Amino acid sequence: MTIFSPRSLTEALQVLNEHPTARLLAGGTDTMVEINFRHFEPGDIISLRHVQELQVFETLSTGYRLGAAIPYKQFENGSFSHVSGALSEASRTVGSPQIRATGTIGGNLGTCSPAGDTLPVLSALDAQIELSSINGIRMLSIHDFMLGVKRNARVSNEIITAIHIPKINGFQGYAKVGVRNAMVISIASACLIHNMDKSHISLALGAVGPTIIRCRTAEKWLTQNADLSTSTALTTEVIEEFGRLAASEALPITDHRSTAEYRKHAVGVLAQRLLKRAMK
Amino acid sequence: MSTSSEIYSLRVNGTDQHVKDAWIGESLLYVLRERLGFMGSKGACEQGECGSCTVLINNDAVCSCLVMAASAIDTDIITVEGLAPSESPNDIQQAFVTEGAVQCGFCTPGLIVAVHHLLETNSSPTEIEVKEALSGNICRCTGYGRIFSAVQLVISQREKSIS
Ligand SMILES: Cc1cc2nc3c(=O)[nH]c(=O)nc-3n(C[C@H](O)[C@H](O)[C@H](O)COP(=O)(O)OP(=O)(O)OC[C@H]3O[C@@H](n4cnc5c(N)ncnc54)[C@H](O)[C@@H]3O)c2cc1C
Ligand code: FES
Ligand code: FES
Repeated sequence: MTIFSPRSLTEALQVLNEHPTARLLAGGTDTMVEINFRHFEPGDIISLRHVQELQVFETLSTGYRLGAAIPYKQFENGSFSHVSGALSEASRTVGSPQIRATGTIGGNLGTCSPAGDTLPVLSALDAQIELSSINGIRMLSIHDFMLGVKRNARVSNEIITAIHIPKINGFQGYAKVGVRNAMVISIASACLIHNMDKSHISLALGAVGPTIIRCRTAEKWLTQNADLSTSTALTTEVIEEFGRLAASEALPITDHRSTAEYRKHAVGVLAQRLLKRAMK
Repeated sequence: MSTSSEIYSLRVNGTDQHVKDAWIGESLLYVLRERLGFMGSKGACEQGECGSCTVLINNDAVCSCLVMAASAIDTDIITVEGLAPSESPNDIQQAFVTEGAVQCGFCTPGLIVAVHHLLETNSSPTEIEVKEALSGNICRCTGYGRIFSAVQLVISQREKSIS
């Protein structure tokens, strides 16, 4: 059992290729809880802390490339808070300042919990996940990356190196229900993105299914029943129907955090609130 | 590039500390307390919820229970012991005493580090900024009122000493 602390991406990919069963360690906020509570017995560990390439942020012609190991605080109110209003709001709801200084989006994707707060945002933005291995780079749509409860499409010799998101002209917002304001895992959450240039609104739900749910039915209905090229206020009927359709697309379960019924109700309300914030 | 699991060194409060015979999965909190003798940081939950283990790593306030110690090589780690010598408390520690913000004291070291970090990054935080900055630190005794008073006392004392 060994810990590797590679100093470059090339080194990291080589070590991972030689030790494909090794656990990648970014912020460690998920992994260390598992280790502290003996839910996970570490074999080899590859620490990504000193891999500078994973901290790099780039502005591209159509959007942004976010290094996978950039911590939440940079998106919350740090240097990159301008890239996506929804990502910034989602980041601000994660854990506590200590967690946000440590935890990373790459780690949120790696864990792939249905309650992961950045995942509805990446889904609503149709983000592309950049996966690297010694064989090269593979780009995967977020919708193909997330497979189920804590399951994703990364193969063992790959590192999530970056997340690509588009620049959006229009409102974007994230809303979450939990038992209190700080340090709370989502009971239900929603992200809404209004792309005025494409006359489209996308909506993704968190914590109400085995993985993030994109509300294709509600989205399609809205395109047919509202002018989305502007942000003019909508009628109450339209807003309510949108919320109802969104709730009907949720597939929640009852667990120790909440009941399926409440979750379904909550995502409907969140969808309505976000739509009202977008169109006014 | 690779570090053997047995020996590594950590820079704690400016001094290199060698960690020997450690198990790789050990948290920084465990290594600080049980292997290096820095008993200031406390462990209550070991899952990032309470903040009693807060330390600075490269000037970020983080939960040391969630940091794999062996991954923290080549970083600057500052514990509560590194903020002031034990015989002469700093102004934050003194304000906690003056305002009665310490009861059982278990949360106090983590809070001192969190308040220190807040005031280093923002010397005149609003009330809501103070609350947000301390939202990762749980105190079961005080009800927080006296903690917020202590922070206000430090802010006003520091403002006075500048003007
Ligand atoms: C107290 C507390 C509160 C929390 N609150 C929230 C919350 O409100 N919302 C929320 O969404 N989450 C929350 N979390 C969970 C956690 O903080 C997040 O999931 C975080 O994003 C994990 O990132 P990390 O870098 O710390 O992950 P790590 O623990 O380092 O990694 C997590 C997983 O991802 C893999 N991984 C990491 N980086 C990569 C990469 N670049 N390529 C491939 N695989 C990778 C790891 O191998 C591991 O399997 C909380 C955790 C704690 C302890
Ligand atoms: S012991 Fe680390 S946060 Fe509670
Ligand atoms: S003084 Fe006892 S927990 Fe804060």
